[in-house]
Amino acid sequence: MYPDNFYSSTFTLLAEAEVGKHFYWNIAGALVHGQVLVVIWFVVAILLTFSALGTLNANRIPHGWQNFMESALDFITDIAKNQLGESFYREWIPFIGTLFLFIFGSNWAGAIIPWKLIKLPEGEFAAPTNDINTTVALALLTSFAYFYAGLSEKGLGYFKRYVQPLPLLLPINILEDFTKPLSLSFRLFGNVLADELTITVLTGLVPLVIPLPIMLLGIFAGSVQALIFSTLAAAYIAEALE
Amino acid sequence: MDSIISAASVIAAGLSIGLAAIGPGIGQGNAAGQAVEGIARQPEAENKIRGTLLLSLAFMEALTIYGLVVALALLFANPFNT
Repeated sequence: MYPDNFYSSTFTLLAEAEVGKHFYWNIAGALVHGQVLVVIWFVVAILLTFSALGTLNANRIPHGWQNFMESALDFITDIAKNQLGESFYREWIPFIGTLFLFIFGSNWAGAIIPWKLIKLPEGEFAAPTNDINTTVALALLTSFAYFYAGLSEKGLGYFKRYVQPLPLLLPINILEDFTKPLSLSFRLFGNVLADELTITVLTGLVPLVIPLPIMLLGIFAGSVQALIFSTLAAAYIAEALE
Repeated sequence: MDSIISAASVIAAGLSIGLAAIGPGIGQGNAAGQAVEGIARQPEAENKIRGTLLLSLAFMEALTIYGLVVALALLFANPFNT
């Protein structure tokens, strides 16, 4: 029905999502997902290189990389400032900015670099954010951050907000603390994995040209998801602070 | 895997995506329509409207994604698959 090279060609090899298969490393009795760690280190190395290039020869009049990194910093500052307001945003720029840059770098590293060319015994390289463990870790960090923000700002008076506006709403307010990290992690995980699966299915059907718009959509969605995650994290922190 | 469990899982996975897509579809349509109306009324506010629209579209899309996560759990990490 189809020519033989339809199935065995390199095209389908380039987009092959293996859900639930991992390249396990045994570190001190704990099994870790090696393929996720490798890509995370890669993303971290890229981010470090970019920031080092931007700050090594810092001039009063920026040019080249410094210019680029300063505009990136402006963007992050805007995210934090829009949610947290003038009085609090400065100390939260590092956290919000790290979240944004890391998720953005992870999504784009997964979408742009052809990792599938590197063969692993099991599992495959992909965006680190398509592993639920990564996104849950990021979401829990956000949870800790807003608890820390609230407690350090208001002390134990922070817990008063659980009985506001009515003591009747206490269960719902407590439930909200669990749904926030849940929805944050599922949103990011689902979006990234959905893009990869869509590309896989389309590449299986039509290997040429047709998946390209979906790949572009994946790149776009990756940046929007990074923006949303950091905006929401800032919004939760602002909610705890006010 | 038991064949009846796999059949039920596949049907449930399809339903969970399909049903989860209905609400956000209506919502996104509404939001996009209102945004176009807003731009037609005030073309100078286009950039602001576009930013807000994209952000809210992504929020609505998350609801479908929850359905997708349920479907993926059923297909690849089925808890009833003993």
